Amino acid sequence: MPLTAEQISSTVQASINKLIAKPGALLPILHDIQEVLGYIPPEAVPQIASALNQSSAEIHGVITFYHQFRTHPVGKHNVEICRAEACQAMGSRHLEAHAKSSLGVDYHQTTSDGAIFLEPVYCLGNCACSPSVRIGDRVHARVTPERFDALIDELRTDKLEVLNG
Amino acid sequence: MVKVYVPQDSTAKALGADAVAAAIQIFAATKGVELELVRNGSRGIFWLEPLVEVETADGRVAYGPVMDDQIDSLLNAGLLDATTDSPLYLGLTEEIPYLARQQRFTFARAGIADPVCLDNYKAQGGYEGLTKALAMNGQAIVDEVKTSGLRGRGGAAFPTGIKWQTVHDAQPTDGETKYIVCNADEGDSGTFADRLAMEADPYQLIEGMTIAGLAVGAEQGYIYLRSEYPDAHRILNEAISRAEAAGYLGENICGSGSKFNLEVRLGAKAYICGEETSLLESLEGKRGMVRAKPPLPAIVGLFGQPTIVNNVLTLAAVPFILAQGAQAYADVGFGRSRGTLAFQLAGNIKRGGLVEVAFGLSLQELLEDFGGGTYTGRRMRAVQVGGPLGAYLPESQWDTPLDYESFAAQQAVLGHGGVVVFDDSVDMSEQARFSMEFCVAESCGKCTPCRIGSTRGVEVIDKIRANQNRDANMELLEDLCETMVDGSLCAMGGMTPFPVMSAVRHFGEDFHRTTADQNEEVSA
Ligand SMILES: Cc1cc2nc3c(=O)[nH]c(=O)nc-3n(C[C@H](O)[C@H](O)[C@H](O)COP(=O)(O)O)c2cc1C
Ligand code: SF4
Ligand code: FES
Repeated sequence: MPLTAEQISSTVQASINKLIAKPGALLPILHDIQEVLGYIPPEAVPQIASALNQSSAEIHGVITFYHQFRTHPVGKHNVEICRAEACQAMGSRHLEAHAKSSLGVDYHQTTSDGAIFLEPVYCLGNCACSPSVRIGDRVHARVTPERFDALIDELRTDKLEVLNG
Repeated sequence: MVKVYVPQDSTAKALGADAVAAAIQIFAATKGVELELVRNGSRGIFWLEPLVEVETADGRVAYGPVMDDQIDSLLNAGLLDATTDSPLYLGLTEEIPYLARQQRFTFARAGIADPVCLDNYKAQGGYEGLTKALAMNGQAIVDEVKTSGLRGRGGAAFPTGIKWQTVHDAQPTDGETKYIVCNADEGDSGTFADRLAMEADPYQLIEGMTIAGLAVGAEQGYIYLRSEYPDAHRILNEAISRAEAAGYLGENICGSGSKFNLEVRLGAKAYICGEETSLLESLEGKRGMVRAKPPLPAIVGLFGQPTIVNNVLTLAAVPFILAQGAQAYADVGFGRSRGTLAFQLAGNIKRGGLVEVAFGLSLQELLEDFGGGTYTGRRMRAVQVGGPLGAYLPESQWDTPLDYESFAAQQAVLGHGGVVVFDDSVDMSEQARFSMEFCVAESCGKCTPCRIGSTRGVEVIDKIRANQNRDANMELLEDLCETMVDGSLCAMGGMTPFPVMSAVRHFGEDFHRTTADQNEEVSA
């Protein structure tokens, strides 16, 4: 169920209250909100702005500068494919083409069943055993298209269990 | 009682180390074997991960790579009795040639123990450097770092002692403090040495930052860590809280009356935030726009105060220098490149991993003796050294000695030590296009040559690849690169032309003769 405006606002306020005492608190606050809600809701922007004594435009400018922050809800599982050179040398271009066509999405899009949000990433520090894919907080090494499909299947099965359970 | 080690490093886990660890535990439980399972860091021999070790009377013996579909048969063959009768048996870990041939200063402790165990850290010489530093004044510490010849490991190779001197001599505003900022953004593709140092030996970095704080009189430190490293994040936070509890961080370090606090801050997926001034903006909660220099961050840095910004490996080298003496560090190396450099063998390489050696080895030796050729077994064709802004080197340049000056003479950079290997299936015009595309995606947008030039660069390379006005477009590409080099504020725009032009210069055939246009010529 989507959260009500009130729930969103109190979640955002909780992040602000927890972190505002830190010097340079904005990034920690944004990370915290995205961690809890999965994205930074547009209505959070004026709320953060007034707490930090900044303009909404400034907050918005920061959110859009960083690739990590998103302003709308996305799929349940974050799947990031490394696009950088060490992975290219081991076939990541082929892997990313496979991922996009098998999932039926481009980067920054969510699959129609809402399960997978596909994102590019530039290096995961796993470059000795590439190509690399990150799912949630876990990195996977030497990912072939077949391995990719198996990983996605696992995610989708998990999702069913959650729905049934 | 059997003591077994299975790394918790993120590459080891990416290759299945958790499943291997679980299988070992289940096996021991069913057989009634008393087991002590240590989740150590990695030694950085990634081509042998998951590397499982068993303690014996003669030392630790290793098995690898132990994939999860092999662990059961290895266990049945007698892993817990340290069997020598397995194709995965590697002998004593310390004698694995890949490791034995290295000169490990910064990575001496990597992979030996549970990374957050403070007692282990101290048992292996940890905090000896801090103990010495606490008995010295700030200037004496700075002098020691100067004498070591240590240069920044983040890419620019600036002498660390000189940077520290500037911060030492600068005064913060009344009531404010100076800062120590660790650049743990490690954005360069093909690099993982910072990650390994943080995951396998976090206290070494914490100790190095504490010593830096004592040296220049800074009371607050930040580790700016890229969000792509969740394991390092968890390990650093755990180590920091244990160091605080043991009095190695906080208001009164080891009872000396000196204060130093440390906090990890996460980046948010922006390559440019590895550039030090952009990083500082980001830490202040702003967009990561690059600042013009001067003023130097050493004088006007974080929140306007004097600030040391150093790479993870720079700061991690400091405890060794203090503990063993600057001369021990300066004694190895080549020319003006002193000490060791952590090379990272990556991409299409048979034996990828971390190779810490003294400067001066040739690239060829690194690729062959350590790397063992390509992973695919095809011919090695191009090697990109120094991250996404580093040049692609053709075979004719692989005899270049690995030191800062020799590389500069080839219009190449060592940077952070990343070495990415490509086999002969690579299309270098596609690589050149990617360099420009990466600059489009990651430019902070402040300078036109970087922001617009890279967009134009992608278009021009696309035209060249499609054989539209090829000669004119090749010229245009050269001009564009020159404009970017001359008109960019930082190395993002200023060095993107390095990989691009090296591809053009050394692999020109990929820009000229494709099968498609040969066919065209034949039919014309
Ligand atoms: C585009 C760009 C990206 C950079 N990325 C990093 C990085 O990820 N890590 C790093 O330590 N230095 C990086 N640097 C270099 C830093 O600006 C700076 O030189 C370094 O942090 C200084 O520390 P050192 O003297 O210990 O090397 C980057 C520079 C540029 C221009
Ligand atoms: S060169 Fe590019 S990244 Fe660097 S300051 Fe200019 S626009 Fe920003
Ligand atoms: S380049 Fe893909 S993990 Fe480093």
